[in-house]
Amino acid sequence: MIRPLHPPKTAVIVGASTGIGAALARKLAAQGYQLALVARRADLLHDVCAEINQHANQTQARPYTHDVLDFAGTPALLQQITADLGSLDLFIYNAGAMFPSHAEKYNADEDIAMLQVNAAGAMAWLSPVADRMVRAKRGQIVGIGSIAGDRGRRGAPGYNASKAALHTYLEGLRNRVSRFGVTVTTIKPGQVETDMLKNAEQVRGPISATRAADLIWSAIHSRKQIAYIPGKWGIISLVLTHIPSFVFRRLNL
Amino acid sequence: MLNSNHLELSSAWGLTYQALNYVHRPSTVEGIRQVFTLAKENGRTVGLRGSGRSYGDAAVNAEQILLELTRMTRILDWNPETGKLTVEPGVTIRDIWRYIIGDGWWLPVVPGTAFPTIGGALGMNLHGKNQYKAGTLGEHVLEFTALLSTGELLHCSPEKNPEFFYAMIGSFGVLGVFTSITLQMKRIYSGQMHISTHATANLQDLLNTMEQRKASSDYLIGWIDCFAKGQALGRGQLQIAHEFTPGEDPNPQRTLSVQFQEPPEELFGIVPRSILWRFIKYFVNPLGMRLTSLGNYLMGLLKNDKQGLESYVSANFLLDYFPRWKETYLPGGLIQHQSFIPAEHAYAGFREILQTCHDYGLPAYLAVVKRYRPDPFLISYSVDGFSMALDFHVTRRNRQRLQEMVAHLDEIVLKHHGRFYMAKDATLYPHTVSTFLGETTLAQLTALKSKYDPQNLLQTNLSRRLFPQIHITTPNAQIESN
Repeated sequence: MIRPLHPPKTAVIVGASTGIGAALARKLAAQGYQLALVARRADLLHDVCAEINQHANQTQARPYTHDVLDFAGTPALLQQITADLGSLDLFIYNAGAMFPSHAEKYNADEDIAMLQVNAAGAMAWLSPVADRMVRAKRGQIVGIGSIAGDRGRRGAPGYNASKAALHTYLEGLRNRVSRFGVTVTTIKPGQVETDMLKNAEQVRGPISATRAADLIWSAIHSRKQIAYIPGKWGIISLVLTHIPSFVFRRLNL
Repeated sequence: MLNSNHLELSSAWGLTYQALNYVHRPSTVEGIRQVFTLAKENGRTVGLRGSGRSYGDAAVNAEQILLELTRMTRILDWNPETGKLTVEPGVTIRDIWRYIIGDGWWLPVVPGTAFPTIGGALGMNLHGKNQYKAGTLGEHVLEFTALLSTGELLHCSPEKNPEFFYAMIGSFGVLGVFTSITLQMKRIYSGQMHISTHATANLQDLLNTMEQRKASSDYLIGWIDCFAKGQALGRGQLQIAHEFTPGEDPNPQRTLSVQFQEPPEELFGIVPRSILWRFIKYFVNPLGMRLTSLGNYLMGLLKNDKQGLESYVSANFLLDYFPRWKETYLPGGLIQHQSFIPAEHAYAGFREILQTCHDYGLPAYLAVVKRYRPDPFLISYSVDGFSMALDFHVTRRNRQRLQEMVAHLDEIVLKHHGRFYMAKDATLYPHTVSTFLGETTLAQLTALKSKYDPQNLLQTNLSRRLFPQIHITTPNAQIESN
C-alpha cells in the first residue's frame, strides 16, 4: 500500500546474505527502506530477512534466492522485485567473489569465475536497472568495487581485473545516466572483516562490516560518485596509482 | 515477462506522486482483451487511465500494467435531432463539445476542465457547477457496454443489468472497462450565458446566498479567500450563471461555433497564455497567494451585482484558462481536499475546516464551493448540500503537517456526515472511506468485484490504498494483491 504523499523508500541489495551486504541491509532497514534482498544462499538470506522483520515488527525485507551467474533470469527477477516493492529508489550490487591467490598461482577458471560474479553479474543487473531509472528520471545505483581494482598487482591479477572492470563499467554508466537525474556511486572498500578476508594474502587494519556499512550509507546519502571506505584508502590509492609502472612492478605489493 | 519498453512514468495529476507502469494503449476491444491476457499470463494487475486528470493516485498502477484508453477516440453515433451521442471511452469532453455545439447541443454536465476522457469521467462519475440541478454525469448515461476482465462484454442501462449499471459508474475502474457509452446531450439556445458576480462577506453569507439563488440559476460557483479570519472567515464571491431561453439570442449561429468558444491564444492580444504559468509561479507562496486572494475578493466587490455574458467554454472550463498552471506547484505538487457536507451541517463543518487550516498555519491557496443533490449510484460522494474544495501546496517542509491536518479535516467531515470524492483524493485512509460509504455499500462492491472480476485483475494504487477488502483474493485466484 503506497500513500502518495509518503511513498516508502525502496532498495535492492544483490549479495545480501553475509558481510557488507547484510550489514548494509540492516543499515537501510534502520533508515526506513523497504528492502528486496537477493543472494544465492537461501538459508543465510532468510536469516537476515527474519532478523530485520522481527526488529521492525513488520515485513520490511523480502528474500529472493538467485545466483548472479543466472544472467538470463535477471530481468524477470528484477520485474518481480519492482512489482513487489512498487518502486526502486536505490540499487546496490554487492555480489563479489575472491579466491585465495598469490604470485605463483595461475588458475584461469578462478579468474574467469571472479570476472563473471564481480563484473558480468553486475552488467546483467545494472543494465536493466539503469534503463528503468532513466525512464523514472531518478534513482541511485551503487556498485561495491574495491581498492584492489585501482591497480593490477602481482598477487591477484584476476581479482584486480574483475574489480577494475566493474569500476570502468560504473563510470561509463554514470556518464550515460547522470543527465537523466540518476546517480551512480562507486564504493571502493579497503579491507573489511568479512568471510572474504580469509582469502586475502595480507591483512592490514580491517574495519568491521557494520562500520563499513555506516560509511557506505553516508556516501550513498550524500550521493557521492566515488567513495573509499574508509577515506584513508583514497590517499593510499592516490599514491599507488601514481607510482610509475617500472617502479610498481619491482615493489613487493 | 513484460516488455520493459512499455515502462513509462505516470503521474498523479497533482504531481505529488509518480510511478513507472507498463503502459498499453490499445485502440480496439480486442486490444484490451489482449492486455488482459498478458496480465493474467504474467500474474500482474491492470489499472485504468484516461487523460490522467485525477488529482491523486486513481490512475496509477505502480510497476504493473496500465491500460490507457486514450486511443479509443471514435465518435460512434450522433443524432442532432434527439441529442443522443455514442462514443468510445477515450473521447474527451473537449472532443464532444466541439463536435456537437454547431448543432445547438452541449454536455448536460461538464467539470472545470475539458480534458478528461468520457471513460475516466464516468469511472469517477464527475459533476459540474450545475450538480444541484443536473446531477452527476452518470445520470445522463442512457446505456453503455463494459468489457469485463473475463473477456465478456456486458450491455447495461438503468433497465438492463441495473445493479451493474449503478455500480460501474463511479467505481473508479475496478469492475470493468467502458467500451462504448451512449449519453443524452442538452439543447442550448446560445453559446453564451448570463453571468453575475456577487461579493459575499463571510461563509454564512456565501452559503445563504447560494441557497436563495439555487432555484433561479443554472450554474453556481462560490469562491473563498482562505486567508481571511475572524468575522471575515469565508469571505469571497459567488458567480451565478443563467442559460439563454429559446429565441433570446438573436443570432445563435454566431455563438454556437468552435471559433467563438475557443478563448484567444494570447492575453490582451500579445501575451501567449501558454507561458503565463511561468509568471504565476512567483505567486505560489503564502504571501503571493494572500495577495492574489485579497485581489480576487476586491475584484468581487468591484464587480458586485454586475451582469455580463460569457461563452460556455470560458464559463465552464476555468481550470483550462492557464495551460500548465499545476506546474507552478512544483516540485512538491498540490493536493485537493474536497468534502461534501449536507446543507444543515455545511456551515458548521466548513467553518471548522477553515478554522483548522488557520490553526495549522496552512490556508488553502484556492477554495471553491458548489451545491449538490444526492445521486443514485452505489459509490457516491453526493449529498443534499455543499462541497468545499481546497487546494494545498505540498512542499518538502509542510508534507508531514499537511497529511496530519488533512486527516484532522477528514474527522471534521465525518463528524458532519460528509462524504469524499475519489477523483480528488490522495490522502484518505481506508477507515475514513468505510465510515462514509458504510459497510453495506462496501459489501455490495466487494460482492460485485468477486462476481465480475473474480481474478482481481483490475486494481490501481488508489483502490489498493482505500479498498483493501475488495482485493482480498479467493484461494484459487492467481493474482496477488500487494
